[in-house]
Amino acid sequence: MNMQEKNISANNFEQCIKCTVCTVYCPVVPVNPLYPGPKQAGPDGERLRLKKGIFFDDTLKYCLNCKRCEVACPSGVRIGDIIQAARIKYNTKPPKLRDMMLASTDLMGSVATKVAPAVNMTLGLKPVKSVMDGLLGIDKHRDFPKYSSRTFEKWYRKNVKTFQDSFNHHVSFFHGCYANYNYPQLGKDLVSVMNALGYGVHLLDKEKCCGVALISNGMTDKARKNAAANLESIRKSVNERQMPVIGTSSTCSFTLRDEYPHLLGIGNDDVRDYIELATRFIYRLADEGKVRFVFKKDYKARIAYHTPCHMEKLGWGIFSAELLRMIPGVELTVLDSNCCGIAGTYGFKKENYQVSQAIGKPLFEQIAKLRPDFVACDCETCKWQIEMSTDYAVKNPISVLAEALDLVATSEANK
Amino acid sequence: MKFDTVIIGGGLSGLLCGIRLQKAGKKCAIVSAGQSAIHFSSGSFDLLGRLPDGTAVENPLEALSGLNPDHPYSLLGKEKVCRYAEQAPLFLESCGVHVSGEASRNSWRITPTGERKPAWLTLSDFTPLESKEQRIGEKALIVNILGYLDFNTKFLADSFERQGTKCRIVSLKLEEMERLRKNPSEMRSTNIARVMDRDGVWEKAAEQIRQMLEDEDTVVLPAVFGLKDGSVPQSLGKYIGVKTVFVATMPPSVPGIRTQMNLRAEFEKAGGRFFLGDTVTDAKFTADGNVESIGTVNFGDIRLYADNFVLASGSFFSKGLIATPERIYEPVFNIDLDYAQGRDNWFDGNFWNRQNYISFGASAKDGIHASINGETIPNLYVIGSILSGSNTLYEGSGGGIAVITAMAAADAILDGTEHAEYAK
Repeated sequence: MNMQEKNISANNFEQCIKCTVCTVYCPVVPVNPLYPGPKQAGPDGERLRLKKGIFFDDTLKYCLNCKRCEVACPSGVRIGDIIQAARIKYNTKPPKLRDMMLASTDLMGSVATKVAPAVNMTLGLKPVKSVMDGLLGIDKHRDFPKYSSRTFEKWYRKNVKTFQDSFNHHVSFFHGCYANYNYPQLGKDLVSVMNALGYGVHLLDKEKCCGVALISNGMTDKARKNAAANLESIRKSVNERQMPVIGTSSTCSFTLRDEYPHLLGIGNDDVRDYIELATRFIYRLADEGKVRFVFKKDYKARIAYHTPCHMEKLGWGIFSAELLRMIPGVELTVLDSNCCGIAGTYGFKKENYQVSQAIGKPLFEQIAKLRPDFVACDCETCKWQIEMSTDYAVKNPISVLAEALDLVATSEANK
Repeated sequence: MKFDTVIIGGGLSGLLCGIRLQKAGKKCAIVSAGQSAIHFSSGSFDLLGRLPDGTAVENPLEALSGLNPDHPYSLLGKEKVCRYAEQAPLFLESCGVHVSGEASRNSWRITPTGERKPAWLTLSDFTPLESKEQRIGEKALIVNILGYLDFNTKFLADSFERQGTKCRIVSLKLEEMERLRKNPSEMRSTNIARVMDRDGVWEKAAEQIRQMLEDEDTVVLPAVFGLKDGSVPQSLGKYIGVKTVFVATMPPSVPGIRTQMNLRAEFEKAGGRFFLGDTVTDAKFTADGNVESIGTVNFGDIRLYADNFVLASGSFFSKGLIATPERIYEPVFNIDLDYAQGRDNWFDGNFWNRQNYISFGASAKDGIHASINGETIPNLYVIGSILSGSNTLYEGSGGGIAVITAMAAADAILDGTEHAEYAK
């Protein structure tokens, strides 16, 4: 009897009762018949794989790692984790050149930002897109995110670093590759908002790519190295400087908190509670009455909020949505819970393009019907996908806050 | 984060309670650890099909007096149960769930294996039978979708033939389904429904069925139509042109999932907040013995505060109740439970016999208030399948208990005087 109680396997595998609810909510199953579905790819297949690794099925690569199966599971089985862990454990094929390029966001970023105008122009050219499509298998329909010629970190050091110590409260900012290499404005917005709320913003000693794309592209060793380096810096921030770590990307935050222990086997229990999204951090301050917002009187916007899959899994969409609702001139609609289809690097791959767009279709249609002023969303790859597939711009909730707040008056109010 | 009422559990009971409160102007949140048992719905809600002594029930309302005093219906009182049972069809209708049936006379539903079970309210996909013996027709054409394993045509034919219906079994072959068949393990009701719901596909299916019809007066189909749009089954029946009977499939249940989606949408449209995939971890109490707040995995240190809390967390399957070899407990509040001492008294070694553990659960003196160490918690309500006192599987009473206790708790919360009765 005691054995039954203590026999708890990784990812709650043995809790699966084969109810098939996960399959109902998998975004891939309706559009890609090659994918066996989360129940088969996850717990059912795991029974076989535990017996013999040769039962590993290459079609597990069609899993988006969106974790919607886990959100739906009534029994708490970490189905997505079982699938990704199987890919890590049993897939012996080395990653393709294309996958290595797509996955190495910080390497590619640090090279590309040095010659950003040339890279942006080149990547936008039709012949180049055709070549990448033909040779590499990066779908030609995709627009690459533009690279910035100056990274967020450089801007930070040059412009705002000097006065961050002057605030009474402090946080560290995990900016992620996107804010650093592609869209430093998001990082600048975060600094403006936090400064106005009375918080100094600091960089981690060393920040590496969170590793989400490395994990999904089979570069686990590199992902583990990044994880170890990031956790070392995060521990310094949390333990030595008493600075919690906030981010603006839902997927980076999710990876640091949950994928490190679940998929890479790297423990973070001691600091996990101090890693979170900026919107959750700010919501808590507002909820506890510790900060005051002064909004611009004339700010008006009809916003459609899209909850990214990893945000659904974190259960934190509510914090971003509630923050946006606090802005008096905002009319907010929370879009139906649908995957946009891109899933990081997944949608960039030629073999996934059609599936990716088919998955996103209900979301794109809802946005088109709603005709908002813009879409708000905490994930950069959802942003690329929605901007490419609809006529609407996508803004991070932190950027919306930066726009809507009277920053000077808010600073005064929080002094 | 502050709400008027926080409900733990997003199944039938929790959602109905939430919708009723939210529509009355209360700000509500529902925390749900994964999807609920509505996904396995038979297509009907039962009220009372059999008394504990085995007597079959024709009129559930009249039979209420034959129940034990600790049955949720008895605790709530006959007057309330009758009132809510009569209001329920209209209330469900107002939540976007279309049903037929009445509380004073059981109808009969056909199970996936061809059995007949008493039903109270039946989703509009299905036509409940007037009596247990009623024939579905003179001659029936039982149509399955080629490759679909969760619809047992042979069992159905056997059971219909026992009633004197002549049956013929055929398979529907659509090229649109061939893609699904590449993956036999995922040839499931919802995946079929998604394809069938596409423009032109169910019409094609109907056309094929018409051509296969010989002299049959009835067509029997699995309930795999209308995942999003509940009007598809009716339209299909009309197109086929003869009486079309849909029979519930093995899970997942397409009409059930549509019902769940509609209820959640109704709750959110009214302004409610639905937190899916989150688990409640603990509760804090005020000095005067009320619940002050609950914590969840996803909310972490941000607590959910409310004036009232409703525990609709279900039974063992959904972890509303946890059984260890020694004891059974409720994991959030550790409220008082009724259950037999000694594990040997929990179950019968014969799987098919009545199992005691199904009747274990939360003790509620008035049917809807929880208690801890014998003390009633004034602002903590307990509803649905977590309640003790009824062997819902044996009695056929789970649906009724979920719906009626949800309505009763919502009204008790809305009615301050009733609340005051329990305040110290």
